[in-house]
Amino acid sequence: MTELRLRVNGVERQTAVPDHESLLTTLRERLGLPGSKNACEQGECGSCSVLMDGELVCSCLVLSAAAQDREIVTVEALSSGDALHPLQQAFVDAGAVQCGFCTPGLIVSAYALLRANPEPSELEVREALAGNICRCTGYGKILEAVQRASREMYRR
Amino acid sequence: MAVRVARDLDDAMHALAADPAVVLLAGGTDLMVDINFGRRRPESIVAIDQVDELRAIHQDGRVRVGAGVTYTRLLAEDVASRALREASRTVGSPQIRNAGTIGGNIATSSPAGDALPVLAALDARIVVRSLRGERSVPFAYWMTGPKRNIRAPDEIVVAAEWEPAGGAQTFMKVGTRNAMVIAVASLALVVDRANATVRVALGSCGPTIMRAYEAEAFARGIFEELGWDRPTRPSESACAAFGTHVAAAARPIDDVRGTKAYRRHVLAVMGARALSRVSVLE
Repeated sequence: MTELRLRVNGVERQTAVPDHESLLTTLRERLGLPGSKNACEQGECGSCSVLMDGELVCSCLVLSAAAQDREIVTVEALSSGDALHPLQQAFVDAGAVQCGFCTPGLIVSAYALLRANPEPSELEVREALAGNICRCTGYGKILEAVQRASREMYRR
Repeated sequence: MAVRVARDLDDAMHALAADPAVVLLAGGTDLMVDINFGRRRPESIVAIDQVDELRAIHQDGRVRVGAGVTYTRLLAEDVASRALREASRTVGSPQIRNAGTIGGNIATSSPAGDALPVLAALDARIVVRSLRGERSVPFAYWMTGPKRNIRAPDEIVVAAEWEPAGGAQTFMKVGTRNAMVIAVASLALVVDRANATVRVALGSCGPTIMRAYEAEAFARGIFEELGWDRPTRPSESACAAFGTHVAAAARPIDDVRGTKAYRRHVLAVMGARALSRVSVLE
């Protein structure tokens, strides 16, 4: 076991973790943050996407015990109280959510994209979301939602 | 302590010297999959992703890229290789490119590692270091089989180095989709106009990265005729013949990602297209 110290969504957190535990498991099972989803555990599906020191990563591929003192942002940080983040609202409005399992990962990936590139072309959105798999809506509505959020957040 | 984060290279080398069974963790995109699926349970892990010395990129005539440089950085920074940029863009997804490192590809030595055919075609050298000292090995001698290489247990891959080979180079990869795909077959072609040299290397087409030496000799003949300095496209039949030479160099197998026959077919197609593409680049 390692005594792990992390800054998660702006708050200092501390917990003991087994040596082989992924950051995803730590977030979900020890820190009460089930927004990041567990599906493939091999970096293929993007459902567990978080920001680590500002960079988009799959939390299932981060070894918790080696993530000492890193800064983590999860999907839970995006809304403020009951007010959805514009990206989350755009996903609702565009009908980009069906079963919802992939949604948190897609929201975090899209958030990382818009921060770096506020007005992405459709091709840029496609490339940025290539690491996130959705098995039910099809991607059309998701692409639409990201473009919608971009207009909403960065309206000139 | 079973997991520790190395402060610097010295720290990591001491850990490996004390216990050669230590497993190094860089971006985690290979090792963590094995751990998550219970295929590996390393007793002792040393994370090297915070080691600054491994994250440097130097260019002074030669290019030296630290083993800890991620694919995202290879896309954003100038490393004097168009082919390496192209290969980096095909690696996984943004999430994987933010974590995965060129040193991970080199140390894992999968025949499907996207950066590896490029390193072979650049005639790169792999730099490894231990408490015993540093050595640099031509890529052609680095891999000895699938996921096997000549790294000694106490050595750390610290960098890859190459001489800039000009702009006439490319990388190609075939898979079932553009993103998140492990190569069914891949190819890197470098036409070094200044040194009148051609190098072509194949990924996922044999137990190691394969150089297609006969194809290289054939292409040299083409450029002798066309002139090395002048971007000129060879005839379609010359490109096709080059592709045939490329395919002949492969030692492919049938596996879950593709058949032997398909791999040979796409290599011939990629070879012809790569020569056609590269021949008109400066």
